[in-house]
Amino acid sequence: MMTNEPPLSDPDNRDIYTGVTAATAALPDHWRRFRQNLDRLGPTRLRKRFREAQRLLRESSAIHNIFDERGGGRDWQFDPLPLIFSQGEWSQLEQGILQRTELMRLILRDLYGARKLLTEKLLPPELVFAHQGFLYPCADGNFPASQQLNAYSANIAKGTDGNFWVVDDYTRPPLGAGYALETRVIMTRSFPQLFEGFRVHRLAMFFRTLRRRLAQLARNHHDEPRIVVLTPGPAGADYFEHAYLASYLGYPLVQGGDLVVRDGCVWLKSVDGLRQVDVIFSRVPDTVADPLELSGGAGGGVPGLLQAIRLGNVVMANPIGSGLLENPALMAFLPGISRYFLDADLKMPSIATWWCGQDKEKRYVLENLERLLIKPICPLPGLPAVDPRRLTSAQLQQLRERISAEPRLFVGQEQVDYVAFPACDDSRLTARQALLSLYVTAQDDTAYRVMPGGLSRVAKHGDNLLVAEQAAGGIKDTWILTPEPDQQVNLWLRARADEQLAPRFVSLSSRTAENLYWAGRYAERTEQTARLMRAILVKLREVREFDDPDDRISLNHLLEALTHVTLTYPGFVGKEGAQRLNDPRSELLSLIRDAERPGSLRSTLRRLGRAAAEARDLLPEDAWRLVDQLQGWNPRVGRVLIGSGRMYESVNQLVLQLSAFSGLAYENMSRETAWQLLNIGRRLERALNLIDLLLVTLVPCYDSATESRITETVLASCNSLVVFRRRYRSFMQLSPILELLLLDENYPRALACQLRQLKKHIHDLPGDSVSTQPREDEVIIAAAMATLKQTDHRLLTRQISDNGTYIRLEAFLTDQKERLLQLSDCLVRLYFSPTLALHRLGSPLREVVL
Amino acid sequence: MKYRVRHTTEYRYTEAVNQCRNETCLLMRETPTQRCHDSQLSISPAAVDCHERTDFFGNRRTHFAVLQPHEALTVTAVSEVEIWAPAPATEAAASLAWEAVAAQLQQQRTPDNLAANPYLYPSPLVPRSSASADYMRPSLTPGRSLLAATAELMQRIYADFAYDPASTTIATPLPEVMKQRRGVCQDFAHVAIACLRSAGLAARYVSGYIETLPPPGQERLVGADASHAWFAVYLPEHGWFDFDPTNNQQLSQQHITLAWGRDFSDVSPLKGIALGGGEHQVVVSVDVARQPQVVSGQQLQQLQQQQ
Repeated sequence: MMTNEPPLSDPDNRDIYTGVTAATAALPDHWRRFRQNLDRLGPTRLRKRFREAQRLLRESSAIHNIFDERGGGRDWQFDPLPLIFSQGEWSQLEQGILQRTELMRLILRDLYGARKLLTEKLLPPELVFAHQGFLYPCADGNFPASQQLNAYSANIAKGTDGNFWVVDDYTRPPLGAGYALETRVIMTRSFPQLFEGFRVHRLAMFFRTLRRRLAQLARNHHDEPRIVVLTPGPAGADYFEHAYLASYLGYPLVQGGDLVVRDGCVWLKSVDGLRQVDVIFSRVPDTVADPLELSGGAGGGVPGLLQAIRLGNVVMANPIGSGLLENPALMAFLPGISRYFLDADLKMPSIATWWCGQDKEKRYVLENLERLLIKPICPLPGLPAVDPRRLTSAQLQQLRERISAEPRLFVGQEQVDYVAFPACDDSRLTARQALLSLYVTAQDDTAYRVMPGGLSRVAKHGDNLLVAEQAAGGIKDTWILTPEPDQQVNLWLRARADEQLAPRFVSLSSRTAENLYWAGRYAERTEQTARLMRAILVKLREVREFDDPDDRISLNHLLEALTHVTLTYPGFVGKEGAQRLNDPRSELLSLIRDAERPGSLRSTLRRLGRAAAEARDLLPEDAWRLVDQLQGWNPRVGRVLIGSGRMYESVNQLVLQLSAFSGLAYENMSRETAWQLLNIGRRLERALNLIDLLLVTLVPCYDSATESRITETVLASCNSLVVFRRRYRSFMQLSPILELLLLDENYPRALACQLRQLKKHIHDLPGDSVSTQPREDEVIIAAAMATLKQTDHRLLTRQISDNGTYIRLEAFLTDQKERLLQLSDCLVRLYFSPTLALHRLGSPLREVVL
Repeated sequence: MKYRVRHTTEYRYTEAVNQCRNETCLLMRETPTQRCHDSQLSISPAAVDCHERTDFFGNRRTHFAVLQPHEALTVTAVSEVEIWAPAPATEAAASLAWEAVAAQLQQQRTPDNLAANPYLYPSPLVPRSSASADYMRPSLTPGRSLLAATAELMQRIYADFAYDPASTTIATPLPEVMKQRRGVCQDFAHVAIACLRSAGLAARYVSGYIETLPPPGQERLVGADASHAWFAVYLPEHGWFDFDPTNNQQLSQQHITLAWGRDFSDVSPLKGIALGGGEHQVVVSVDVARQPQVVSGQQLQQLQQQQ
């Protein structure tokens, strides 16, 4: 529906550029040029592009996490109006942030070392010894000096007075550099016109510096640095950013359970055995890194990690314990510390901060509560940052009591008037305050580099940007202008001989391997179930339209097969089965839509999603997007209309999309272990599914009319009807059908073909290169193939048992099934680590004392 | 006084543990009145990745792993230790008022005061609580000597809290102990530490052993002793003074110090992470045996050389 186009301006008729214009001066040149670009784009295209950008953002691999257990992931809007900084303005920012990074490096070294800041009275000892970020096991003087601050990030906001203020310091960026990268990607894809006439700094160089630094840290393996990205796993909101970053940097993405300590070193459990790790680029909270020595609870950590660090066999970036620097109370003492360490004032001030652990400051905060922002000095459950102006008087009173009871836990910070930058909200132009995250990486032991760009976030209308840290809002690109265009940087280029950028360390962790295998199995299982469902929906309609008793019988057999294949008993079999066969609609609907029911289409899709998410960094971008989209698959068709064309169409779409998924994986993955495993899963599942289907449908004998109906439907659900007719040009006869579906090595739906593929993939898996014996998995598949080769399809239907089944066919299928299940067990044992629960030993000392 | 202390901890599992990684705090440290002649650890099954270090608090920690499947883990520490009677507090220390101590801790950042600083704040097992502050208050009359106030606190805990091993477990939180008024040595030490810290004073948790004497006419039973815990309070320029609220006495020659920290969690004798194992059962036995005060020939020679 088209209405009159709104003008391309601020709906409230404010000039959206007021915030970026100095009081007396004209609009700065770069904003003037940007406005021209925007005008040239025009309102219609802006709105169209805006919608496209929102779609890209939703599909973005870095930002969207459907498996975030806290619910929802990051619900951001993409704002196409970037934050633009001239070269002069940027260089001021850059100097400020570099000075601050250096200061942070010195503070970290001092607090875990000589602690001069305490003896010289530059910092209250309480902010160190009583802060949960100060880790005593890391402060015993046994940690190597090489553990230094390698990455740092800060949130910056611009005051209406023209000053930039640091509002947060991070040693473990909660919103990482991967988001900044992805924002730039969306911006260039959706709004190339807006870049016209601008030279914007590229971001790639920053990541190259980061890679080089991490490689430097691998002191024991300069030639072949072995670096991993450690993540808490898919349950966290930022998991996909971790996966994105790991895959961009070319490092394996691992979880605590993937790593193990042996001989004082850290090892990655991979499909080809244990591989030593030199550097851990950590995205897990400090306190969970080592459940043996740190208290943060089991899960996500590596027992013995701290000892391996002490021995100098592995380096953490950032060092464990650096979370101490994220304490906002430090800001109150930074000016003095800066003069002490650097003999200079801060180039970029922190937001004015009062730590309530001091009497005078506490009084000030309590007296001026409603003009300040209140933050806890460390992350505490139930104690978020609050804007007292938004509290009810009862809540305000509660806050006062909380601060008075434990003043040392709180700071008050000044609420500054921040510049409202040009912004776009719901495709309408407006002006919004923005918070800019800047990222710094070490270049070597002493120098740092700032990413020329960053992630800018805007608050929703009326929200306080500084409080709504995790809340929904907008994100936008950040442009740093440069007179000279940046050189195209290839992250993988080897610039110097001593710089190893190409990763030879690409081991596949056992956990990822197992998930790839299951992703393959679930993808195939969903596809097979959907195909069978599609065939059933067709039959359902035929039964209703033609009311042929033979159709009815073959429908019933298909329904029973559906129950067996999906293991959704009792379903259409057994006593209650008869009733359901009479009116199968509710049961079918449940098998399509009930996501909580194991075996249903949506539940299997969900399992596919979870397995794929765990191996996110190894799947092709588009293949992942498909899986991601399919998580929303839910045909809105009721029970009554289940036989309608709409339901058929939905299931049909699902079949097509799943085929697209296999196609994308097939066309885009290199033939490495990851691909082998995905395919082993797929082939094994296809073989098992076929066997199950045939066991239920073709093993019983029928009269010839029924048999031909059933076989036709079986062929249809195997996508083989056309092939069969073309090849055999005959009626539906069992013997040629079995030849096609079981024995034809060249037919991609046949059992023989699955076995052949399995044999090849299994042969290509990494194995024990020393042993000359064939591996157990190779032995099993070879035996299965040998049996198959000796089978004559004409003999399979020779003998009929007393209860009316093809006894030889049944024996053959059962035997093959046994072997394949054995193979699956064997693969789990050989390549995927058994997940044994970690168990914490308490300490005794509950004995009788005098 | 010389002792030989043997401390054995055995974990028994219902299912085999595949591997475990542990940290002990079982080797004895030295103090101004205690010298450790020998302290050895033996582990069964054979341990690998063994590393000893001195931790932030000055305790001796040992890291080790057992990588073979096992159904029981036994860790035994045997230490030979010599203890002298602590000198009584000087007049100056005995008269130092608690307010003065709290103020000095706030204001004077001498190396010693700074070293005592971590013991001023709430710690994992000793959270801040108004119940502790309330309990402390009667002993803190204005201008009162800190040592006198602490002795009284110890005496009150001894009188008010019932010794009852069945009442608490390691997991019983301090507020619960305050409410129930019962517990064991570890709880009493935590109670006292929370009270002192609530008044801005530095208090630490001491883990160790105490020599037990058999009832008159009976033989001393080997292995019937137990590990013990008490607390110490800090006086600027005078150091730490130990109090044992379980026995209502100050540090004696029968108290053998193993380690200290902010609370039990810093000095847990044996902690670990095991893979597998099912349920487990712990058996601990401690034996504190007084050694005859005989100087060996070699020691005699050394003494003569020194002279």
